Amino acid sequence: MWDYTEEVLDHYRNPRNVGKIDNADAIGEAGSLACGDALKIYLKIENGIVVDAKFQTFGCGSAVASSSMMTEMIIGKPIEEVRKLTNKDIADALGGLPPEKMHCSVMGHEALEDALKNYFNEEITLNDLNSETENKIVCTCFNVTEQQIIEAIKVNNLKTVEDVTNYTKAGGACGRCKGTIQQIINDYLNNEAKEKAEKPKLSSAQKILKINKVIENQIAPELQKDGGDIELVDIDDNKVYVKLHGRCSQCRNSVLTLKSFVEQTLRDAIDKDIEVINIEQ
Amino acid sequence: MNNKMIYLDNNATTKVDKKVVDEMMPYFEEEYANPSSMYDFSKKASKAIKESREMMKEFFNAKTSNEIIFTSCGSESANTAIRGLLETEKNKKHIITTKVEHPCVLNVFKYYEKQGYKVDYIGVNSNGELDLAELQEKVDKDTALVATMWANNETGVIFPVQKISEIVKSKNPETKLFVDAVQVAGKIDIDVQTANIDMLGVSGHKFHAPKGVGALYVKSGTLLNPLIIGGHQERGKRAGTENVPYIVGIAKAAELAKESLKYEATEIKRLRDKLETNIVKNICNAKLNTSISNRVPNTTNIGFEYIEGELILLHLSDIGICASSGSACTSGSLEPSHVLRAMGTPFTALHGSIRFSLSRFTTEEEIDYVIEKLPPIIEKLNNISPYQDEINALKNLKH
Repeated sequence: MWDYTEEVLDHYRNPRNVGKIDNADAIGEAGSLACGDALKIYLKIENGIVVDAKFQTFGCGSAVASSSMMTEMIIGKPIEEVRKLTNKDIADALGGLPPEKMHCSVMGHEALEDALKNYFNEEITLNDLNSETENKIVCTCFNVTEQQIIEAIKVNNLKTVEDVTNYTKAGGACGRCKGTIQQIINDYLNNEAKEKAEKPKLSSAQKILKINKVIENQIAPELQKDGGDIELVDIDDNKVYVKLHGRCSQCRNSVLTLKSFVEQTLRDAIDKDIEVINIEQ
Repeated sequence: MNNKMIYLDNNATTKVDKKVVDEMMPYFEEEYANPSSMYDFSKKASKAIKESREMMKEFFNAKTSNEIIFTSCGSESANTAIRGLLETEKNKKHIITTKVEHPCVLNVFKYYEKQGYKVDYIGVNSNGELDLAELQEKVDKDTALVATMWANNETGVIFPVQKISEIVKSKNPETKLFVDAVQVAGKIDIDVQTANIDMLGVSGHKFHAPKGVGALYVKSGTLLNPLIIGGHQERGKRAGTENVPYIVGIAKAAELAKESLKYEATEIKRLRDKLETNIVKNICNAKLNTSISNRVPNTTNIGFEYIEGELILLHLSDIGICASSGSACTSGSLEPSHVLRAMGTPFTALHGSIRFSLSRFTTEEEIDYVIEKLPPIIEKLNNISPYQDEINALKNLKH
């Protein structure tokens, strides 16, 4: 028996936004009947805002819960924000999924990405990788591409072949691609280490100034749009102490905001080891 | 959630019969002696083992009680038989089993395949019946062992072991036959002499004994090296102090099972048939994964097309119904049931297959409850499925 969280139980028992939108502006699909899970998502987009989203899912409890939660997370959100959503955000909002079920959140995110691609009629690639990598199938049993594996490694900080299988299903059937997956992980980690070595190390004073600047110019304005705000309290090496104000402080998604938005923005801009800590009011 | 609990997963494990528990109890606190000891105090324990062995002899219709070895479970029975035999038979490097075995046999064969053995895995047809022609073709002078289940745990399909034995022995009288009888014990009659079987294993907890005890029949004259090496217990074929209360338990369970065989064949079968007939009749995308009559009377395996098994189980569990699924999602592996795949079950139904398995404790009221509660659950899940057109087509087809 899986140890599902209350959120997962609630969403598979009472899935939100089930069905289709007849005149949808974007439709996305992921998975297949043969693979054992498939998802279709329908979006209604007006003035750059997702005004409605519906889904149909063939899959297990966590697949339905991931789909349902995802529609709740994107309805009412500007498309630019929706584009930033990751599978990790979906899993976090569900209070976590068992490791073997993480691929359900990945599938949800893939369907969303597919819908957005279809909406913009363009290729959205989060990495600067050429299309050859993007389309190269690594796992033929489950049709998983190299791009999907790299994306999962990046977003979820995966380290082992088993992790990759849990998150993408790749390598979960015949297992012949496990060597290739290991190679992809090694290449990714090597690249990451190289980039880290190349990045000039900031002095403490420079780092503090830069963190302050990113919070002021990039993070605070976004939170203010939603009626919230953020205050920088202290910085201790890579630990950044903040206080959330206004609507953010009461929002039940505040942990999500803090980790996936504030922390991720600082990590992308300055240092991937930065940890953001909320000081409760 | 409600308080009702309807247990229809008896091929996974069963409730221990109260009469079995009662029989076992004295051997924990009162008659706890080691049966091998020399004092009078151990007499009752050693007598209990002797009587239990006699009971298992009856249960299998073995020739003598010396042919019975007590083990800890079905997997140990299978491992002892297969590995114990191959240890004594080092010259022949060919072994045969089926594609639909339980992992405790299948993975042992895969292990020997890696060790350099030539292994043939015999297939089944879409009803789950073994391909006897293929078996006949594969047995040759190098075949040391054929291992087959008597009935399949997922579908309940019974394999004709007597016929299998005839085929094997006619091609090579030296080839030994191991039968995994875990899923027939307590459901149909076992007769190792009529069926001409060399070795046969069962597991107590599948027929209302506790978990942690099994039995293995080894025909007199069959050479077998012990899997567990140590003392002289079980005539040197399985070391370790006898688990007296559990051995008493499996014997009592065997006695009760033998008494209720007729009830299984008539009443349990009637309830199973009622369950599957009504489900298939009332639910547009339900179909039996195998419908042949030659199945153990307690098992049905039903495919619900275009919806996924774990989701069905979770919703059933929410209203107190316990069943199981061959879907990938329930096991933590990413592949659906190897049994249904070997049968070529179409992938539209493969991931949505549910097994219901009854026992002599199942009541008609419980079956009626499932018949009543299942259709609205499936209807709800059908509405979530992306394959609306396909489901509607099935709906029109049935009406």
